[in-house]
Amino acid sequence: MNADKQSEFSGGAGVFASRIDASCRVPLLALFGGAAVWLVVGLALSLAAIMTFHKPDMFADCPFLTYGRAQAAANDALLYGFCIPAGLGVMLWIFARLSQTELALPLVPIVAANIWHLGVLVGTVAILIGDSSGFAWLEFPRGGSVLLFAAFLLIAISAVATFGQRRERELYPSHWFLLAALFWFPWIYSTANLLLITHHPVRGAAQIAIDSWFANNLIFVWLSLVGLGTAFYFLPKLAGRPLHSNYLALFAFWTLILFGAWMGIAVSAPLPAWMPAASSAAAVLTLVPVLAVAVIAVKTVRGSEAACKGGPLCYVKFGTTAFILSGLMLIASACPQFSRVTEFTWFGPAQTQLQILGFFTVVMCGAIYELLPRVMGFELPFPKFVRVQHWLFMLGIVLWAGSLAVGGVEQGMKLGNPQTAFADSTSAALIFLRAGTTGLLLILLGSLLFAANIFTMTLKWKLALIKTMIVFVKSPLKNPSASASLRRDQKEVKS
Amino acid sequence: MKNGFSVFMAAFIALGLSWCGFVLGPVQQLGTAKQTTVLNSSDIYPIQRPGDATLGLQVYRANGCAACHTEQVRQDGVVCEVALRNAGKNPVVVSNLVSTLKLADLTKDEADAVSDKITAAGGSTEIQIIPAGTDITRGWGVRRSVEADFLYDYPVQAGSLRAGPDLANVGARLPDLNWQLVHLYAPSALVKNSAMPPFRFLFELRKVGAASSPDALQFPKDFPPPAGFEVVPTPEAKEIAAYLLSLKADAPLYEAPFTPVMTKP
Repeated sequence: MNADKQSEFSGGAGVFASRIDASCRVPLLALFGGAAVWLVVGLALSLAAIMTFHKPDMFADCPFLTYGRAQAAANDALLYGFCIPAGLGVMLWIFARLSQTELALPLVPIVAANIWHLGVLVGTVAILIGDSSGFAWLEFPRGGSVLLFAAFLLIAISAVATFGQRRERELYPSHWFLLAALFWFPWIYSTANLLLITHHPVRGAAQIAIDSWFANNLIFVWLSLVGLGTAFYFLPKLAGRPLHSNYLALFAFWTLILFGAWMGIAVSAPLPAWMPAASSAAAVLTLVPVLAVAVIAVKTVRGSEAACKGGPLCYVKFGTTAFILSGLMLIASACPQFSRVTEFTWFGPAQTQLQILGFFTVVMCGAIYELLPRVMGFELPFPKFVRVQHWLFMLGIVLWAGSLAVGGVEQGMKLGNPQTAFADSTSAALIFLRAGTTGLLLILLGSLLFAANIFTMTLKWKLALIKTMIVFVKSPLKNPSASASLRRDQKEVKS
Repeated sequence: MKNGFSVFMAAFIALGLSWCGFVLGPVQQLGTAKQTTVLNSSDIYPIQRPGDATLGLQVYRANGCAACHTEQVRQDGVVCEVALRNAGKNPVVVSNLVSTLKLADLTKDEADAVSDKITAAGGSTEIQIIPAGTDITRGWGVRRSVEADFLYDYPVQAGSLRAGPDLANVGARLPDLNWQLVHLYAPSALVKNSAMPPFRFLFELRKVGAASSPDALQFPKDFPPPAGFEVVPTPEAKEIAAYLLSLKADAPLYEAPFTPVMTKP
């Protein structure tokens, strides 16, 4: 079965694959265009936030960019603005390709993408003007959340319809991960919003438990499902080797959703003791899927003759490595022995940044660089940027997440020793935060290259579209041969 | 997995289980929580925050203070001490016995055993429970944070990062209103090398009129405001200061017992 699938993946030749790709064009541009903007905005806000640690009074007179607001807006712009729409776009394309049919209901995801990005705009502006809900990773107020929820459901309808009309009945591993993710988000997002952001929220400490559950299920489980589903599609395709063992992938899938969903309650959270205990036990068990993914990735890629040269394969390889690392960090910080040092330090943000930027963003950028030229029917306008961006991202993420993690451990050691003044623990981390800023700057530069590629491509496509339209409008008046040239132009645009 | 339905069922089972655990569980166990009584007392805990402090929580939320401050104190168990209250009818026997026993730095079981021995000899004792742990040694709290501390808060701002110190007990630790306000306006005026951003936008810099405002901040001598000006807190600044002063998790509870230290009058 794998071999069959492979020949279908490496397609792109043949009229049929190009028609599938063309059917995804406008929805994907709508999703990725907004995502690229939010990636840049999110990283810029992140940079603005971290500047507080260079010069505390930088935004003392500007309420909109005070640390607490800028940081929350940055996190949400990256997670909701970039990660989720990029993931959904890639998912739609993978579903269409695996189903060997054109995208079903293509108008629906176009509308949904615009609603989604409007929702993110509403939410981000709300945070900056002080209207955040106050729950970590769920800061968007109701107006924004409702738009996001509706848009997600619309995209899910199109994705499930595409899945339903597939020609190959048997499922590929990516199908499991992506379908589960489609189901996951509406459940966790509606639960968290209905219980936390209403007129009758749950009482007291139950809010802590529900917010932690939601954040873990979104950042760890959802991003992992979509990121791994994408990686399991592109790794074999790009490495030119079949995915190592469907059974191991199935095992990784089951253990990931069974155990991963129980993590997230901090070890010393002020909750009944059974909750952190259950969460820690689940974390130990989550070691199983993380290691299984490592085995699958290594065995799939090893022995491949495909050189990655800073291209999409490099992205997916680096992203998968980051997933394994961030998974191990998350598991470690759920162990009481380790969390004594790292809890309440920058180690936690280091882990989420590695998961969001190092793993998910990198895998998505790689996938988009691979699929977008096919979808658009022409090459990337700046192919060299792909390689430069890979190096910028890799260096930036190692510096950024690495210095946060080391700074966190350093801070935790000082925090854990009551003889050390608290100010010492802050200043210990400060040096690392400042060094990490360089890394963040590199990532921001990389994201600008990404946005440049996406927008030049969109612009080129729109110009070609306008040209065709002008020719079409002019043609009957000038001469009858114009309609022939119109047909030629259209062909050029499509091919 | 053969078809879409089996994937759906797998996801349904996995997410459903964790939903029952970490959403339904907490809602059942904590969602109907009520006030409790303070240990060895008829006082109830927690008491609803005063009105301006409740508004102040919204200022705290709006500015994302929880991005850097936790409101949860950690504790590594307790240490017990046995104190002799009354030597009883045989003071010599009891005091001889006491001098042979270890009275401090005990576990609860050891303390019970020691207490039993002394009681058997005719004395009467009291076991004092002293919470242990770094946070407590730092003076950030007198006991660990528990669910009850957050009963009336919405949204609960427990936080997860200590870029700044813990605030669970800041109202008891730093009860001076003027200190809190000056610290919000210019943290480095009071805490050397503070990394906290100043919240100047919560204050008004005003020219001093005929008489200075009764609300104007009293600055330390080495940090005077510009000559002829005074700094007056906006309503938001007063509210958030009231909220900070209302943060007092210092009642001994059944789930987090400790023996209050009697302060000398």
